[in-house]
Amino acid sequence: MVEITPETGAETSARGTGITIKNLYKIFGRNPKAYIDAVMDGMTKTELNAKHGHVLGLRDINIDMPAGCIQVVMGLSGSGKSTLIRHINRLIDPTAGEVLVDDTDVVKMNEAELRQFRRHKTAMVFQKFALLPHRTVLENTVYGLEIQGVPRAKQLEAARRWIVRVGLDGFEDNYPNQLSGGMQQRVGLARALTNDAPILLMDEAFSALDPLIRMDMQSVLLDLQKEIKKTVVFITHDLDEALRLGDRIAILRDGEIVQQGTGQDIVLKPADDYISSFVKEVNRGRVIMVDTIMTPGLRNGGTGLPSVATGTILEHAARIMTEEHVSEIHVHDGKGKPVGHIDMRSVISAMVTPITHDAKQAAE
Amino acid sequence: MDWLYRFPHMDDSTLTALKKSIDEGFRAFTRAYGDAIESFFDPLQYFLIQSERFMTTTPWPIIIALIAAIAWFASRNWKIVASAVITLLLIGFFDMWTDTMKTVSMIFVCTVLSIAIGIPIGILMSRSDRFQSVVNPVLDVMQTMPSFVYLIPVVMLLGIGRVPGLIAVVIYAIPPIIRLTNLGIRLVDKDVLEAADAFGSSSWQRLKNVQMPLALPTIMAGINQTIMMALAMVVIASMIGVQGLGQPVLKAIANQYFTLGMFNGLAIVGIAIIFDRVSQAYGKRLQKHLETIHG
Ligand SMILES: Nc1ncnc2c1ncn2[C@@H]1O[C@H](COP(=O)(O)OP(=O)(O)OP(=O)(O)O)[C@@H](O)[C@H]1O
Ligand SMILES: [Mg+2]
Repeated sequence: MVEITPETGAETSARGTGITIKNLYKIFGRNPKAYIDAVMDGMTKTELNAKHGHVLGLRDINIDMPAGCIQVVMGLSGSGKSTLIRHINRLIDPTAGEVLVDDTDVVKMNEAELRQFRRHKTAMVFQKFALLPHRTVLENTVYGLEIQGVPRAKQLEAARRWIVRVGLDGFEDNYPNQLSGGMQQRVGLARALTNDAPILLMDEAFSALDPLIRMDMQSVLLDLQKEIKKTVVFITHDLDEALRLGDRIAILRDGEIVQQGTGQDIVLKPADDYISSFVKEVNRGRVIMVDTIMTPGLRNGGTGLPSVATGTILEHAARIMTEEHVSEIHVHDGKGKPVGHIDMRSVISAMVTPITHDAKQAAE
Repeated sequence: MDWLYRFPHMDDSTLTALKKSIDEGFRAFTRAYGDAIESFFDPLQYFLIQSERFMTTTPWPIIIALIAAIAWFASRNWKIVASAVITLLLIGFFDMWTDTMKTVSMIFVCTVLSIAIGIPIGILMSRSDRFQSVVNPVLDVMQTMPSFVYLIPVVMLLGIGRVPGLIAVVIYAIPPIIRLTNLGIRLVDKDVLEAADAFGSSSWQRLKNVQMPLALPTIMAGINQTIMMALAMVVIASMIGVQGLGQPVLKAIANQYFTLGMFNGLAIVGIAIIFDRVSQAYGKRLQKHLETIHG
């Protein structure tokens, strides 16, 4: 397991850096500006491609990512996730729209400003690793600090610390292609973390890892979040990962956002069939919280039953009931005041019944 | 129907006048600027003479040791070092040492010059499609134009001697290094460049940290080809006064000395092979990190 030790010297936690994306459009092709009005007036992706040979990458994206939160972006392959995340550090220029970081529009920055922004405000982990093949693990990891001109000793110290944390201790002098895919991905992670920027952009950063290391890396990220609140944009196509990590989740389809909200929102109220089909396979016991399905008020005068706090997930409540040999449990709020109760049957039924979009509509 | 069998051409007097006026113009240019241009190339002359003096006056065992050491550091291969030493010993034994050293010195200067000019041009080409589309046809002309033809203006401008010879050789030998620098940089993985950008590399950092190191093996292949082409020009360059192994070959052609021609030709082949093996081995060593251990 990878241990987290307290980080020092992070000047980033003070205020944090929020990201706001406003009315962002991206059209790929030779002359995107020519079709932006048509797209804004509702021309579809298929139509644009068939009639004009341009690809609609993103349409009218609006996301507000509060500072210090993990924003997950989900969607199937080709839905525009990588395109979206590349707009945040402007590896891709938008056709229209704004990307506001700390109230500065990244889209309007000149070259020098953009370079400073990329050096000091962002760090990125890439879907295809994108390591420098001619540099060793250590030399890859220091890259961000090196181009900032940080003294060598400091570079090495930071790099070594993160190499150890991602579990690559002892591989410092290997070249990337002497490592497995998962190890290379962790080098990419160490490289980004060494940069110590307030914004962390992670494009399917954990997709190449095996389940065990993946869980491990998720824990690293979550623990890290507790110490130094970075604004993390995390891309994945795995809903379980999204639910575990995401304070907020946005779901993309064909370059459009079809739903955004907390994990609860998405699992309990999928906006359409596309999302229901995502949500169907999810481990609901780990997502749904007791307050969502509890019956308000106390049972039997509130005596003798164990109690869990609001915000507890169903799986945990079920475990407590099993351990305590009871079939009912109380729920209390943050101050310890009882607010409701819940029984084993409703817990189990909430855990097993997938609420399909159709069924939900029928019920309403 | 006469015009069908004889290509209707510019009438003879106009054509003669045209050629004459171009020639005259060039001659006038030469008269006016020849000295200035010659003094512009003075540093080259100095470089050439110094390098030749070093190669011919240094005791031969030191030169052999030096070449062996370079071969070792570039290739880390005893076989290559041993064959280089044996080749040089044979050359010396057949009394071609001084000529060979003159040729080696010439090739050395020519390679340094080609690298110094070719790599920057290649880098510029890789950055601008427009510049590439201008330079490429020029390189095509340089490579396909028979080398005797561009000896003429060079000789008119600078006369006979080392410097014009050097310039002729460089013109002939420089295209591969320009082309392969351009190609090498253009072939660098887009994902890696994107990562360099994402961390805020300036374009110089990008060039220095990513593009050049990753293009280096390709550039080395270009340098290798440049050296080979320069060696191929040695005999032609000797026609305009470049000393070295080319001159005995010229003499051999004029007097039909088969053995003399053969020996000197073989000496050229010998040093060509040394240069080739050493620079290729070095290029391979640069790619060490690409040896795949993991799929
Ligand atoms: N440079 C480009 N030119 C044209 N079309 C592009 C370009 N880059 C991306 N696209 C298109 O934009 C769409 C979204 O691509 P993107 O790479 O963002 O998908 P993704 O969600 O990251 O998919 P994956 O999960 O496979 O990584 C695709 O239809 C793709 O074809
Ligand atoms: Mg992607």
